[in-house]
Amino acid sequence: MRRVAVIVFPGTNSEVETVDAARDAGSDAYYVWHKDTDLKGADVVILPGGFSYGDYLRSGAIARFSPIMEAVAAHARAGGGVLGLCNGFQTLCEAGLLPGGLVRNDRLRYVSRPVRLRVEAVDTPFTNQYRKGEEITIPIAHGDGRYVADAPTLAALEAEGRVVWRYVGENPNGSTNGIAGVCNAARNVVGVMPHPERLNAPVLGGQDGARVFFSLEARDATQHAGDLRAVGGHHRGM
Amino acid sequence: MASFRVEIRVMPRGGILDPQGQAVAHALHALGFADVNGARVGKHLVLTVDAASSSAAETRVKAMCDRLLANPVTEDYQLAVEPA
Repeated sequence: MRRVAVIVFPGTNSEVETVDAARDAGSDAYYVWHKDTDLKGADVVILPGGFSYGDYLRSGAIARFSPIMEAVAAHARAGGGVLGLCNGFQTLCEAGLLPGGLVRNDRLRYVSRPVRLRVEAVDTPFTNQYRKGEEITIPIAHGDGRYVADAPTLAALEAEGRVVWRYVGENPNGSTNGIAGVCNAARNVVGVMPHPERLNAPVLGGQDGARVFFSLEARDATQHAGDLRAVGGHHRGM
Repeated sequence: MASFRVEIRVMPRGGILDPQGQAVAHALHALGFADVNGARVGKHLVLTVDAASSSAAETRVKAMCDRLLANPVTEDYQLAVEPA
């Protein structure tokens, strides 16, 4: 059973579903308030969705300076798993723990509906229970979800297999290359705009998101993915 | 120490699609302002800063922009400093 810290900022609104989804998968999940400085022995940190600090200035721009973020950055640097969901993804980009940034959707609308995604990378701590190339349905709910990065960064993400999830069929927000989620070079920090915690049980209309959380408990699968990645030569620090 | 008024213009980086600017251009065209052939929308921030000199104030505010007020991945900024 892994200890999963779910960080709560003022304006976060998906922490309950996120803790529930991690507990449903067997993890010992708990909340950590953003003013804390201690992750309380976390194996994995999740930054959940919402509107931290009202999205003032830019989405995630102020949350990244919360006291807990120093501990989150240290955890990431030490190789610990960090997952950003929606606003959490925006915050990880603002904090420089993931490359690129998320800007206003191309049609200026807040988009809240299920989308089709392709799982492009299964050698991360959060996607090792999916099959590479598998197509899944997960809801999105965001106004600032268009992923952008400079050309060298995009080329590196694609060449190193660091696009984790990609929109298939329709691109709901104008994201570059249809990118819905990315990971860092060490592959332990992952950010995705869709909300897997909102679709993890049949009663919710589907469970395509559940394996994000089951992946946390699958130590063997993670280890196996780690071996593959070392062979592939993609295991390098960010 | 003197007080300086620093105006910061933050704009979406050139080359990044600016849908707000496009929407504003479309609305202006709909109103008959056909002479508009481009619009971009950014942010304007005004700070009052205590500093020893104008250049010291500028250096400080640049550091603020680099750390918080602008995102170097998606935005560019310009400063104008004047005595408050």
